[in-house]
This record gives sequence, structure tokens and C-alpha cells, in this order.
Amino acid sequence: MYDFSKMTGAIHEWLSSLMPSILVTTIEWVLIGVVFLALFAILGLVLVILERKIAGFFQFRLGPNRVGPYGMFQTVADTVKLLLKELVSTNKVDKFLYNVAPFFVIIAPLMIMAVIPYGFGLTAYDINVGLLFVMAVSSIGVVGILLAGWSSNNKYSLIGAMRSGAVIISYELSMGLSALLAIVLLAGSLNLNDIVMSQQAGWWLFRGHIPAIIAFVIYIITGTAETNRVPFDLTEAESELGAGYHAEYSGIKFAFFFLSEFVNMFIISALAVTIFLGGWLPFHIPGWEGFNNSMNYIPGPVWFFLKTGVIIFLLMWFRWTFPRLRIDQILTLEWKYLLPISLLNLVLMAFVVMMGWVF
Amino acid sequence: MNAIINYFSEVLNGGISLLKGMGITGKHFVRSPKEIITQQYPENKDTLVFGERFRAQLFMEHNDENQIRCDACQTCETVCPNGSIEVVWHREADPETGKKKKVLDKYVYHLSMCTFCNLCVLACPTEAIKMNQEFETAVYDRSELTKVLNKPGSKFSQDFVDKSLEK
Repeated sequence: MYDFSKMTGAIHEWLSSLMPSILVTTIEWVLIGVVFLALFAILGLVLVILERKIAGFFQFRLGPNRVGPYGMFQTVADTVKLLLKELVSTNKVDKFLYNVAPFFVIIAPLMIMAVIPYGFGLTAYDINVGLLFVMAVSSIGVVGILLAGWSSNNKYSLIGAMRSGAVIISYELSMGLSALLAIVLLAGSLNLNDIVMSQQAGWWLFRGHIPAIIAFVIYIITGTAETNRVPFDLTEAESELGAGYHAEYSGIKFAFFFLSEFVNMFIISALAVTIFLGGWLPFHIPGWEGFNNSMNYIPGPVWFFLKTGVIIFLLMWFRWTFPRLRIDQILTLEWKYLLPISLLNLVLMAFVVMMGWVF
Repeated sequence: MNAIINYFSEVLNGGISLLKGMGITGKHFVRSPKEIITQQYPENKDTLVFGERFRAQLFMEHNDENQIRCDACQTCETVCPNGSIEVVWHREADPETGKKKKVLDKYVYHLSMCTFCNLCVLACPTEAIKMNQEFETAVYDRSELTKVLNKPGSKFSQDFVDKSLEK
């Protein structure tokens, strides 16, 4: 495995030899910021075109097919359009909150992206409470959504925002309790890098067998709900609420909400990969030495993005299969089904770990 | 106890039915590259296939000698619910029999008013007019939608009518 901290360390030393330490720190901040913003933008562009193409194939359509080969530059054109569009707002919006809401929504996924390990030694912000940090910061996004709904001074926006609040607050419970705590029990650490490294003998999804699989299923369900995607997209609910909480936004502010939905999807998938599917670790089959050795030559980030892509495809598959739930059905699903099952699963997982029934 | 069993069987059945749905869409996804139904219109202009009953606009059939089957009887004009057909005619003595007969001057068709109900085609006693499938009817000016269907100099021919009615 190639240690990316060697590369970053070399850059740090090279910069230190040239300039004083304060300047080095500033430059490194800017560099990392630029890298993550670039990743953010690229993820938005790629995921939107991917979603539209895959949606097309699910319905025997072609999807976008005019801009560039196979329509691959459609999202670039859309972005240019959104950047050039006039920012329209109504007279009676709460100006300050209305303008600040998109930044809440966009900052939350950016902060989470900092703690995700993309490869060996490739984490921007390696903290020992990584998972707790993720859970805490992911709740900031919903504040932005609530602010957007409230400040728009529009009843449909407010209904959408309140629904989003209700869904995210309740689904965060079973996400934290079941999915993440169950794996913390197995790995014995909240640090995302440690969780990845603890999966060298095998991914937790397989080693944790029954309780881990239940936790994974619950995590995927709650993750879909947290990103407000179909079948839990009643915050937007085009047929009932117009566009929900971002009905009053246009141009680049709308693009922020739109982009954050897709980047949130990436983050949910990346977290699923980190926790259940071994993060950037290569795919190994116990006993197949030659196969395992050849897998080791594929670099970690490639594995990470490959696995994340599979989970993202799964989320898109959900979107184009399941019908939308009503708000009471969503809350019933959470409080009557997911939460009891996840509590039960947590007890089961604790028992399994205590008895040492882990592969 | 029964309630607990019901609870878990509900969860299980729900999961199974969701998986069934995903199986169907998954099959669609795998099959879709071969069975795409999207028509890429300007590119596939030459290979476009329409249903038999598709009606785009009215036209009048002419044969090689510039003869038409329309004897200006005005049935189509009477039957048209929107008044989109105007038959302009004059009376002329027949050179053989000397009887005065209607002769078609202009067969004016207002595409802008036509609802493509096909009543004129059904009513025509001589099968002079028909619907074709040339669907690209967009124009830059409304006046272009008013068309004269008979070509200049075209003559009514009884033989032409008899031939087509025999079929």
C-alpha cells in the first residue's frame, strides 16, 4: 500500500524550506480548500449527468444526448446557464436568512468530506471522533433547509422544510444508533481511519454477518432519507409543493441546493463504503493469494471511488424503482420499524462482539 | 406473540416486494441499451415509420398527365366542421355534350384551421383528396398555412376517377 502521507509530507517539507511556517500553513489551507472545492464541483457535474443517464436507461430512454459525445457535457452547459441566470427573490423574504441558507446547506457536506479517508494517509482532517463529527455536522445541513423554507415566506417552502426537519431528525436516530454504533462496537474506534484499518482481515459487512447486514440495510434506508432523495423526497415533492424548500431560489443559489443533494449522496455512499465495505482497502478473497496480491496493485483511491460508485448506483436504482412515501408513512417506517429493529440489532451486535462470533 | 410474528413477517414481506420491484427495474436497466425507444428525430428522418392511421395534412392526388379526380362537387366543403376547405369554381360548357358543368379553379385548404378529423376524405365521392404523413408543417408566417392543393392547369378526368374507384 502506498502511503499518501509521504507525498503530503514531502510537499510540506518543500514549502517549509522556502518560507516561514505561518505562510506554509496558509498556503496549505488554501491548497486543501481548492482541492476540496474542485472535488465538490466535479462530483456535482459527474453525478448529475450520471443520474440523468442512468434514469434514462432505467426507462428505456437515452437521457441527455445532444451536448458533446453521448451528452456528456450537458451538466457543464447547465452549470453555465445557472451561473448566468438572474437571482430573483420576492420582496417579503427574510433577506439575511434567505441569503445565508444556501451556504449552510453547502458547508455541511464540505466539512464531512474533510474527514473521509480517500486512501492510505489521505485524509484532510484526521480526528479521533470522526464518526461523531460526521453525525454532528450532517445535522447542520437540515438547519440550512429549515432556514430556506422559513425565510422564503412561502407556505409550500415552509411545509417542505418542516417535513425535511421531521424526516432528518427522526432518521438520524436509527442511523447513528444502529448503523454507525454497531460498527463502532466491532471496530472499537470512532476514528474513520482506524475503522478502515480494522477491516484488513475482511470487510465488516461480511465479518459482522447477520447484525452487520441488518445495520447496512438500515444505514442505506436512513441514508436515502437523509439526502431527501426518492422515495423520501417529500421535502421537494414536485407534485404537491412545487419545489419545496427551494421554490423561491433561482440561479446559483438554487444550484447550491441542487448540488448539495448530489454531494450528500456521495457522502452517504462514501461513509457506507468506509464503514461497511473497507474504505480504500482492496477487495480480497481469503485463501486466493495470487488474486489478493494482484488486487493490491490497484491504488486505494481507485478502490474507494469504485466502491462508492457502486453504492451511488444502488441509491439511483432505488430512486427509479420505489414510489414516494407519504409523511406519515415515513415517520411510521422510522419510529415503528427502523428504530426498534436497530435497537434490537445493536443488542444483537453487542452480544455477537462479546461472544467473539466475528469472522 | 402473534403480533410479533405479524410484525416481522410484515417487514420481511415488505423487503421482498421491494426487492421484486428492484429486480424488474434492474432487468430494464440491463436490457435497455438494446431496446431504447428514444427516437433521435432529425437523424432518423429517413427511417421514420408512422402508423397507418396517422394523418398529417390533406393533399390532392394528381396523375402523370396532371389530371385530378375532383369535380368541384363541394361535398368536402359542406362536411368540414371548421370551414378549413374552400372550393373555388366556375361553370363551363362541356365541349362534347354542351351541358354546363362545374369546373374547379382553386382548392384552398387552411391547414391552420384543420383538426385532421378525416371527414372530408370519407365524404369525397371520387376519392380526390387524401391525408398524407408529411408532418413537418411548421412555417414562419401564418399565411403560408393556406394552401392551394390543385396544381395549376390540372383537369378533372372521369377515367382517372373510374380507375381508382375500380380498385
